[in-house]
Amino acid sequence: MPGLGTSFGRGGATTFQQDLQNSDCILIMGSNMAEQHPVGFQWVVEAKERGAKVIHVDPRFTRTSAIADLHVPLRAGTDIAFLGGVIHHILEHDRAFREYVQHFTNGPVVLKEEAATPEDLDGMFSGWVEEDRLYAVDSWNYEGVSGELTAGKREQSGDVSGNQAHGAHGMKLDRGEPPHVDVSMEHPRCVYQLLRRHYARYTPEAVEEICGVPREQFLAVAEALCDSSGREKTAAICYAVGWTQHTTGVQTIRAAAIVQLLLGNIGRPGGGILALRGHANIQGSTDVPTLYDILPSYIPMPHPVSAESLEEFVELTGPKTGAWGSLDAYMTSLLKAWWGDRATPENDFCFGYLPTVDADHSVYPMMIRMLEGTTKGYVLVGQNPVVGSANAGLQARALASLDWLVVRDMVEIESASFWYDGKAIETGELRTEDIGTEVFFLPAAAHVEKEGTFTNTQRLLQWRHKALEPREDCRSDLWFAYHLGRRIRERLAGSTDPRDRPILELTWDYPLLGEREEPDAEAVLQEINGRDATGAYIAKYQDLKADGSTSCGSWLHAGIYADGVNQTARRRPRTEQDWIAAEWGWAWPANTRLLYNRASADPGGRPWSERKKYVWWDAEAGAWTGLGDHPDFVPDKPPDYEPPEGATGMEALRGTGPFIAHPDGLGWLWAPSGLVDGPLPTYYEPQESPFDNPLYRVREDPVRQLFDRPDNPYNPSGPRPGADVYPFVLTTYRLTEHHTAGGMSRTLPYLSELMPELFVEVSPELAATRGLEHAGWATVVTTRTAIEARVMVTDRLRPLRVQGRTVHQVGLPYHWGSKGLVTGDAANDLLSLVLDLNVHIAEYKVLTCDVVPGRRPRGRALTEFIEGYRRRSGVVHAEQHPGA
Amino acid sequence: MARGTGRVPGLTPLLRQLTGDPLGLARAARSERSERLTARTSTADRVVQSVCPYCAVGCGQKVYVKDERVVQIEGDPDSPISRGRLCPKGSASEQLVNSPLREYRVKYRRPHGTEWESLDLDTAMDMIADRVIATRRDTWEDVRPSDGKPYRRTLGFGVLGGATLDTEENYLIKKFFTAAGAVSIENQARI
Repeated sequence: MPGLGTSFGRGGATTFQQDLQNSDCILIMGSNMAEQHPVGFQWVVEAKERGAKVIHVDPRFTRTSAIADLHVPLRAGTDIAFLGGVIHHILEHDRAFREYVQHFTNGPVVLKEEAATPEDLDGMFSGWVEEDRLYAVDSWNYEGVSGELTAGKREQSGDVSGNQAHGAHGMKLDRGEPPHVDVSMEHPRCVYQLLRRHYARYTPEAVEEICGVPREQFLAVAEALCDSSGREKTAAICYAVGWTQHTTGVQTIRAAAIVQLLLGNIGRPGGGILALRGHANIQGSTDVPTLYDILPSYIPMPHPVSAESLEEFVELTGPKTGAWGSLDAYMTSLLKAWWGDRATPENDFCFGYLPTVDADHSVYPMMIRMLEGTTKGYVLVGQNPVVGSANAGLQARALASLDWLVVRDMVEIESASFWYDGKAIETGELRTEDIGTEVFFLPAAAHVEKEGTFTNTQRLLQWRHKALEPREDCRSDLWFAYHLGRRIRERLAGSTDPRDRPILELTWDYPLLGEREEPDAEAVLQEINGRDATGAYIAKYQDLKADGSTSCGSWLHAGIYADGVNQTARRRPRTEQDWIAAEWGWAWPANTRLLYNRASADPGGRPWSERKKYVWWDAEAGAWTGLGDHPDFVPDKPPDYEPPEGATGMEALRGTGPFIAHPDGLGWLWAPSGLVDGPLPTYYEPQESPFDNPLYRVREDPVRQLFDRPDNPYNPSGPRPGADVYPFVLTTYRLTEHHTAGGMSRTLPYLSELMPELFVEVSPELAATRGLEHAGWATVVTTRTAIEARVMVTDRLRPLRVQGRTVHQVGLPYHWGSKGLVTGDAANDLLSLVLDLNVHIAEYKVLTCDVVPGRRPRGRALTEFIEGYRRRSGVVHAEQHPGA
Repeated sequence: MARGTGRVPGLTPLLRQLTGDPLGLARAARSERSERLTARTSTADRVVQSVCPYCAVGCGQKVYVKDERVVQIEGDPDSPISRGRLCPKGSASEQLVNSPLREYRVKYRRPHGTEWESLDLDTAMDMIADRVIATRRDTWEDVRPSDGKPYRRTLGFGVLGGATLDTEENYLIKKFFTAAGAVSIENQARI
């Protein structure tokens, strides 16, 4: 989400699914939308029936490709080279929407003299600190912005990164104005010119050489996007985890953002970037996060250097201008929601009750801590890491190292049964009797047995009404969280230990319903919305105060219970409202369906064209108006507004700044802050690939997060010796009939029957090379372990020509495990841990492998089989057992 | 599926198909038995509007309940997003609720144990509360050793949530465990 956050200001899809129907061209890349979001795909089909061109760029031919006008296969993991090529094409052929770029983006902003790009430094940006293996990001900022970051700020940006890049990454701008702007965009150090220089080498020839896409095909895509953009037309881009799950995932999304900003496609109907989330509430689990580095609504967790006082935290964390200029009000209101009357100005609103974060405490480092014995307890709530995580086998060993484990799920998943079942038991590496982990399995309520909201892929919260009570011991996770908290509070009651005060003083008094004493989910939603001093519900986040007179559990959700109405439960039928359907559910922020929609009008506030009008300035009424969506702007700020001297917050943004969560109101072609691996997307090879990087001396993303451990070896890559032992490119994916680790699909008879067995997709050419028979067995091997799957020989995967060589790609769905109605090996066993440092997400979508015919060896023989591969490829950690 | 009304014609299915039902989906498929059938959706005690729990499209669902049991889940035609449609997973979600593998009781595995044991829900919750308190006490870090800056936290236990948790559930998990000083609170979004 930082990819979107650092480009536009907010880490959510900029548009909504129904708006795809207004598009003139839809690029689907890093997503197999027809199979993974089939019902949302109807809006792509709707657009196509209205004449839109649909393009699918993906290693595999899928049902999405079948509907598309054009399918372009590319080598997995090379998306930045492809999109960089599109950016190059736009700039070299003068296809940018110039007026939009000049007024709504930071294209005209002049950068610091020290700012250097991989063009100057052969693959690196300025600011590299070799001993830290990190960038000092100061030199990426705008010219004239107060020089060095404060010491504390610098430490934070290196340590934490990630989701805080949503917007609260405090660039301090006087009046919200970048100090040096050249509207003609000709200054040699302005963003637009740096962009031109940086992408100069991303030529159609380079795209062909890296991605394996013939240049005519590439040019057809680039031209289609350009032809479908401008005043009269708009193009949209849809992506999913095919983009995020890479060491360069965030930068891939950034590259798409640059394309859309240059073409003027953000904030306009039929445009935008639609992030297709893979789970019912993945967006919601980030907005109201269960993530280590952020608080609700993307407020960063305090860092030790900014934790002495609330004032210090705000000073070191937030910008003064734009929507984040009110960070003090958001944070104070959150503290009031959590600690109620106990939070007073005198005690800094209990700010000192928050723990601090100064390193990566995300899920994989947590797993390593389990292996090392420093993390002793674990609560899994609807999550199955033994199947779903990278290097999944290592997860079982981590769980076996715990003192206690709680698993909450509807069925007994592999992460509950690891102590008697699974590959590590099979190879003899783990023995049930030796595993000291105490395991509590608690059965969970189904989605119809409780009430609450899911936030869908377009930031829309929809309330689910409860259909019936859960049976026997089944309970909601709301019940679990509340009653565990209640029991702990009861046990600690009377404690005088200061560390227990945050627990004891927490507001924890939700109404309990029914004989199961279910906490009232609606009361939780009311707390998230917040109240003012009179007890009335907050109507909008702009009403939040820093003086302690308001409470709000998540500022982006302020208004979700406006007027005392559960806005998420609104279900006015679609036949009774317009296509925007503003009275169905509630979208953050402020029920806005199309973000940054002020950009649908020109700088003067007039629609860019009649065909693409959406929100515009009504001079007579002195207000923004439109087709029916909420204007994502100060409602009465005229287009010619200029901020007065000393202005802060929203007052500091011009009437032409649509990106209101950014301190300058602009879309960021260049990200001056918020990212750890560079202000511009740059092509690096995946950790594991058969090729070198032809663009730069630096092969992989220099700040990718490696776990250099004997139990996490990497296949040799590129020109390194032993790389030829793993000659094929492997990508993993999902199937329409299954869901992630299978706990919600391999347990259903219908779905198990529809898709009963793990298979591996190979081209006829690869099948011939390796002697693989359709419907027979194959063993897929990496230096971690080997798995077996049925062979699917298909033209859907085609060999590509890359750097004069033929490269075969292999496709593997990852849903199987040892439990459920249908079972099979877990594909994620094959993966290594290597992460994008911005977000700590693993590279699930590309690695290298070998494929051989037949079933895999069993037990000890599997260990020996892998050791043989390691010897041949020169992987040093040969003493380790595979398959754990 | 549309059901016929009125009397079933006294012809064999093949004849009925040849005489005006070329696809064999209407008159030809009718029988005396089929005339007596009623859809589960028409005899439900109540219908509740919900949302599909699989991907993030957010399709509207109508949940049909009879005798305190979910008998069918259909797409909600009112939804402006899904317009009544569901994919194979959403269409099968009645079986998610009524899966033959569904667990209804707490199960407990003691350290080094070889079998599951049964445990009362209250007892299990008490035991978990005790373990959280003990682990937190044993692993607490007040300040950063290098400079004495505040930590006030524990890395001794963590939480990993799936992304099918409700927003309200996430909120309470984050709120309570943060107040308890736990830092490693994570979810599927990272995975």
